[in-house]
Amino acid sequence: MSIWVNFLIDSLAFGATFMYGSTGEILSEKAGQLNLGIPGVMCMGGAGGCLVLNLIGKSSLPGFLIVLLGILGSFVMGLLMGLIYSFLTVSLRANQNVTGLAMTTFGVGLMKVIMAKMDDTVYLVGPKQLYRWPFAGRTDALQYLGVMFFLAVIIALAASYVLFRTKVGLHLRAVGESPATADAMGVNVSRYKYCASCIGCGIAGLGGFYYIIDYMASTEAYKSLEGLGWLSVALVIFALWRPHRTIIGSTVFGFLFSCSSYISNLSWITVTMATKPLLKMLPYLFTILVLIFTSIRKKREDQPPQSLGLPYFREDR
Amino acid sequence: MNEKKNATANEPLIHLSKRESISIVKSWLIRLAAIVLGLVVCGLVAYILSDKLRSGKKTIFDFYHSFLVKGSFSTSRKMWKFFKNMAVLQCISLAVTPAFRMQFWNTGAEGQTLMGVWGAIAVAFYLGGKVPAALLLVLMLAAALLCGALWALLPAIFKAKWNTNETLFTLMMNYVAANVVSYFLVVWVPSGSSSLGKLPFGRLPSVVHDYFLIIVVAFVLTIATFVYLNYSKHGYEISVVGTSVRTAQYSGMNVKKIIIRTMIVSGLLCGLTGYLIAAGLDQSITTESVGGQGFTAIMVSWLAHFNPLSMLLTSGLITLLNQGAAQISQDFNVSGAFPDVIVGIILFFIIGSEFFINYKVKLRRRARAVRKEDIK
Repeated sequence: MSIWVNFLIDSLAFGATFMYGSTGEILSEKAGQLNLGIPGVMCMGGAGGCLVLNLIGKSSLPGFLIVLLGILGSFVMGLLMGLIYSFLTVSLRANQNVTGLAMTTFGVGLMKVIMAKMDDTVYLVGPKQLYRWPFAGRTDALQYLGVMFFLAVIIALAASYVLFRTKVGLHLRAVGESPATADAMGVNVSRYKYCASCIGCGIAGLGGFYYIIDYMASTEAYKSLEGLGWLSVALVIFALWRPHRTIIGSTVFGFLFSCSSYISNLSWITVTMATKPLLKMLPYLFTILVLIFTSIRKKREDQPPQSLGLPYFREDR
Repeated sequence: MNEKKNATANEPLIHLSKRESISIVKSWLIRLAAIVLGLVVCGLVAYILSDKLRSGKKTIFDFYHSFLVKGSFSTSRKMWKFFKNMAVLQCISLAVTPAFRMQFWNTGAEGQTLMGVWGAIAVAFYLGGKVPAALLLVLMLAAALLCGALWALLPAIFKAKWNTNETLFTLMMNYVAANVVSYFLVVWVPSGSSSLGKLPFGRLPSVVHDYFLIIVVAFVLTIATFVYLNYSKHGYEISVVGTSVRTAQYSGMNVKKIIIRTMIVSGLLCGLTGYLIAAGLDQSITTESVGGQGFTAIMVSWLAHFNPLSMLLTSGLITLLNQGAAQISQDFNVSGAFPDVIVGIILFFIIGSEFFINYKVKLRRRARAVRKEDIK
């Protein structure tokens, strides 16, 4: 039995990476900003946090401060990426797809350059135990649930609350559905788009940091981060643009992603090497299915924000 | 009187308006300025990242020389490589263009091309040596076209029928394609090493140079796409659907049919590119066979305002940047990911410059002066 519990916890922990990424992307998309730069943002967030840890990893600062500063570093780096994105797409009204893709190219590249230059004994070896608090010493799967996992859940729930239960959230969704209407209502469209994209990118940045420093806690982790970024974009659709659903969705994704290694432990299923890619395909196939079903059902709450991907220019007709 | 004063005080500092038109010379001057600015910033970034530059072992002049000249044009081998890379990028960019003109955001060129490569290689793997070489090449082409078109057709059908979001659908199809390829790699290469060796079958004959054929094909395709989009009934329908779906419906066009047909054209072109990669260049396949060019092509096409002829310039530019930056990471001993950083930075600048091409920016004082003239 315990293998299943371990499996579940592992999926949860792995899923937290997507939870961050897609909560950030949802905030952005709800304001009409389709940010395909999320993989790049997550990478840069990871690099930002590691840069901070590289500075303070060996210092005598108390543990909780090191944890906090690392998290802050990755958030700020994500935010900066968000600023580039929103300056180009909101102020300069550039095409969002193109800008996002350029961000991914840039972010993934710069992260690799930065990470290759840093000393992993400083940013990784010391601090990683701190992030695993309170289960640091354990040997079962519980050890994967650290501070940042709980932070991911809290952020996802808080984002849902803000989006669907507050006035700010209502305005934000109005901006994403119909910016012209929101503008006429007196909502500052540009400000909302800026804030949503920047904060969203900050949150997504945490995801990259979590994956590198906590879940994988290895020097090679950053190389596989880009693919997870794209999965986060997929998860947004899977969760139907509701941040709290990413908690379940990310667990499912984590489950599908890591089940190949667990299933091979079971005696009654034989797994060949060839099954692995097929299992890895599942999250994407599921996402496509969800996309198709929601578009067929045409339930209004489940649709993508109406002005998703379109720049807003007040004088456009 | 007082009200009037308030009105001017409340006028925003910057006033934007859409340009009616802009001369080609002016628009390229703006882009050139952006590229120069981008290059300056690249120099700064390189200075921060490269020890060789900082310690004075190499000068900033060496940097730009490596970047713009040495990377692409110093030897004939590099020049061929430059034109080959440009040709592949150009083909994929041409492939996405018809859909983009229709405002169908096909982000799946990567997967469609990869499936084209897969189709060709699969035929070569199973039938290689069993059928005559010429027939094999034809079968490979057919398989590549079929796979590319199929990968584009699926999202198109759902878009046409149920208005399923095509950006996200095609994006997901990329990863399905990548996993299909890695599945077959495991099946084909039982030893577990994830690379298929170069197949001895299914190579396009080499004329003049190994890369010559693909360059010619890219050039011919460019002209053909230009004519198709600008001087054919199909091209006209595509631009009407792109401007306004309603207008298209009122004038009796079958929008669904146009969407599906255009995406098939897109997919066929991607499949053809995949065939060229498979039979003309690699004769093998990995999940990285297309190497992200499907995404780069989106930017190339957009930067050229979806005009196939301007795309020759933009795809050339991006290829130049990529090869130059690769040269830099070799010469200056920086990480292999450095090209991506540089290309990213310059892309930001070019993307930003589009704004000044599409919009007129007036500062407050000038706006007022203009208004006075209007009143007169």
